[in-house]
Amino acid sequence: MTRPARNAAPIHLAVALDGAGWYPAAWREPGARPVDLFTARYWADLTSTAERGLLDFVTIEDSLDLQSADPFSDDVDTRTDQVRGRLDALLVAAAVAPLTQHVGLVPTVTTTHTEPFHVSKAVATLDHVSRGRAGWRVQVGGTPGETGHFGRRTRPTIRRDLASSPEGRAAVRERFDEAADHVEVVRRLWDSWEDDAEIRDVATGRFVDRDRLHHVDFEGRHFSVRGPSITPRPPQGQPVVTALAHQTIPYELAARSADVVFVTPHDDEQAASIVGEVRGAEARVGRDAHPLMVFADLVVVLGSTTDAARARRRRLDEAAGAPFTSDAHVFTGTAADLASLLLRWHDVGYDGFRLRPAVVDDDLVAVVDEVVPALQRAGAFRTAYDPGSLRERLGLPVAVNRYAPASA
Amino acid sequence: MSQPRKQVILGAHFPGVNNTTVWSDPASGSHIDLSSFTHFAQTAERGRFDFLFLAEGLRLREQRGRIHDLDVVGRPDTFTVLAALAAVTEHLGLAGTINTTFNEPYEVARQLATLDHLSGGRAAWNVVTSSDAFTGENFRRGGFLPHAERYERAEEFVATARELWDSWPADAVRAAGTDFLSDASAGDFEHRGKHFDVAGRFTVPRSPQGHPVVLQAGDSSDGRELAARSADAVFSRHSTGDDARSFYRDVKGRLGRYGRQPDDLKILPAATFVLGDTDAEARDRAAEVRRQQVSPQTAILLLEQVWNRDLSDYDPDGPLPTVDPIVSDASSIVRGRARQVGDPVAEAARYRAVAEAKGLSIREVVIELTGRQTFVGSPETVARTLEDAVATDVSDGFILVPHITPGGLDEFADRVVPLLQERGVLRRDYTEGATLRDHLGLGAARPASDWGSSASAAHGAPTVSVATDARASA
Repeated sequence: MTRPARNAAPIHLAVALDGAGWYPAAWREPGARPVDLFTARYWADLTSTAERGLLDFVTIEDSLDLQSADPFSDDVDTRTDQVRGRLDALLVAAAVAPLTQHVGLVPTVTTTHTEPFHVSKAVATLDHVSRGRAGWRVQVGGTPGETGHFGRRTRPTIRRDLASSPEGRAAVRERFDEAADHVEVVRRLWDSWEDDAEIRDVATGRFVDRDRLHHVDFEGRHFSVRGPSITPRPPQGQPVVTALAHQTIPYELAARSADVVFVTPHDDEQAASIVGEVRGAEARVGRDAHPLMVFADLVVVLGSTTDAARARRRRLDEAAGAPFTSDAHVFTGTAADLASLLLRWHDVGYDGFRLRPAVVDDDLVAVVDEVVPALQRAGAFRTAYDPGSLRERLGLPVAVNRYAPASA
Repeated sequence: MSQPRKQVILGAHFPGVNNTTVWSDPASGSHIDLSSFTHFAQTAERGRFDFLFLAEGLRLREQRGRIHDLDVVGRPDTFTVLAALAAVTEHLGLAGTINTTFNEPYEVARQLATLDHLSGGRAAWNVVTSSDAFTGENFRRGGFLPHAERYERAEEFVATARELWDSWPADAVRAAGTDFLSDASAGDFEHRGKHFDVAGRFTVPRSPQGHPVVLQAGDSSDGRELAARSADAVFSRHSTGDDARSFYRDVKGRLGRYGRQPDDLKILPAATFVLGDTDAEARDRAAEVRRQQVSPQTAILLLEQVWNRDLSDYDPDGPLPTVDPIVSDASSIVRGRARQVGDPVAEAARYRAVAEAKGLSIREVVIELTGRQTFVGSPETVARTLEDAVATDVSDGFILVPHITPGGLDEFADRVVPLLQERGVLRRDYTEGATLRDHLGLGAARPASDWGSSASAAHGAPTVSVATDARASA
């Protein structure tokens, strides 16, 4: 493989926060604070650390299902040695918003069982309370557990083996089509108020100009929503929509609906081919917006030497009783080596990276204190935050309101 | 003198989207920006209020088929704002209005339990229902429920939420040695009812309060019974005099049937206030506020709600219309509004009588008849009136609704609160405990099964609130 030209654009860097970290035994590490996982202070500490590292944003994992060894199974999960329980990610993001100033806040919110109207105003409000730092990690649900929690819907749940049969693929396709409709409604509702709709015109007694409020009148296979939103347009206009994707159908959802896609290459070859697949998906769905920003996801186990990192990984696996497996590549090594990998993949077309710290207290701190300085020394990462919204930081274009007159 | 004085409970209602809120005043700030909510919440906390209260409506109001534009329009998402406020307050309760018609128990229970964790035990839920297809047009489930069923769904919704909150034992998170959980079944739940048929595992460990405080606004006999059966507090409309006392007695009298004591349910009416250096000055200011609340355009609009017809050609400074109201349920011109006029003909006759007797224009008569000001006077007068009201069982306290965002509570906190503290009826500091339940003196949360069984024992029939086959009773 010939070495591509150096990518002169700066690298964007995010971390994915989940409990004590992505390794099952992370909560048992020295220094971990497992009893604090359900407190505001814990999340404020993590996001402040991310902000100290000048990171673009943090994502916060969530699900409408309790963690389990196999979420696609009907079997009851009986493990007691791993973290179970989560707070609502969007509310966690809202609670840390007033305590941070720059870092983007991107909670996970499921599309399958939720109301687009509620999701739209919640993310819009996160954008208001964070002054333009909100995003949304769109998650398509549908595990047997989630379906039972809502009970309203009779459609088939998605099981692991379904993906390999034609019926399974059709069910997955339908669930992702619904997600695309969901995001479309959310986006329309964000635009349903023009930015200058609030006029406070005492002479005519009018608080708003109702000609600048718009019904969205979405009618789809899965739902209809009239609008407008009850919440005025968020500061960014359109908060940043992100999605994690591993294969064709999710790539197409991202290409239709998202601003940022998280993908999971495991080596240099996949790194190159996945970018190609994403661009192909964009072409197939006729994306005419700004090209998707492509971020590679990596689980990171860092150490002062490669051997030290491997020893940490071994210890974590031993504590868990089994080797850790992940949809994403697990990087085990030094901060310098990770920085080299990021720079190499940046050159093949990655706009940024979402790092999943194996142990949040160790690996998040190592990202901030070691990986970030290494990237800065390479001239590839910011040395201070510029003022501005998350969209601006990511270089996304100004979100033009679809309902506003073109001349406005 | 040795008898401890009955304490005054105070809630702070963030100004809402009706004409109580005056947006035309130069002091009026943003209704959306977090800084307004922070100012308001921190003022309430400085004034040692029990909680902040947010209302909610899930569709913008319309009149004559167009979005209503004369009052404040738009608000942020309730839970999201409350979570942000948890970060900038330490003691204040955080009460949100959340609809049971257009939500699901699993999600709402999760959001409330999360808010309770993030705030260290300060979450409260004002349970409301919706009966109109108009609001339903914003939701994938669409439609709406018949009036009777929306209360039934609300009760089963709350009962299901309580079961979810109980699904994690208090000590389930051990997080020591090799055990994160002390119990592999933490979060297990199953609810089989008429409106909800759900089972699985709840995601949020038991929150500091166990169950957030539950408020209800029911006013009909069914609504009062529901509150007595399932709520910790009633957000009432009866704020003064014998009307309020009889409501208070009636609701408290229902509690015994459910094995509850009078103190287990707090009666908290909404109340407005206008202060002045003297009572006379306060009365002048109150008259000015009423004028601000009823602009010429708003006068016509409010009159249209009585007459139920287009009156846009009438002069607000002229006389009342000579035409009569349109009497038809089917053709209401107002949509997305909770309270509407009961008997338009009688109401119009009342307007005409007052206008004639006092020689009032449309705007003046609307001001005269729609003004809602509970406490008007000097700080001393208001403090004394408020204390007397609580002492004589008008209520257990008040949810105060200022008319200016965000500074409308400042004067009350600075001038009335110290007097209430001197009188020994309001805390000088939050010393009762860490949680809102502690502030309100509500005691530990009763388990879901306790609420369910007392209700069914009293009714002698299967209820929707327990995990039995309630379909048969439908």
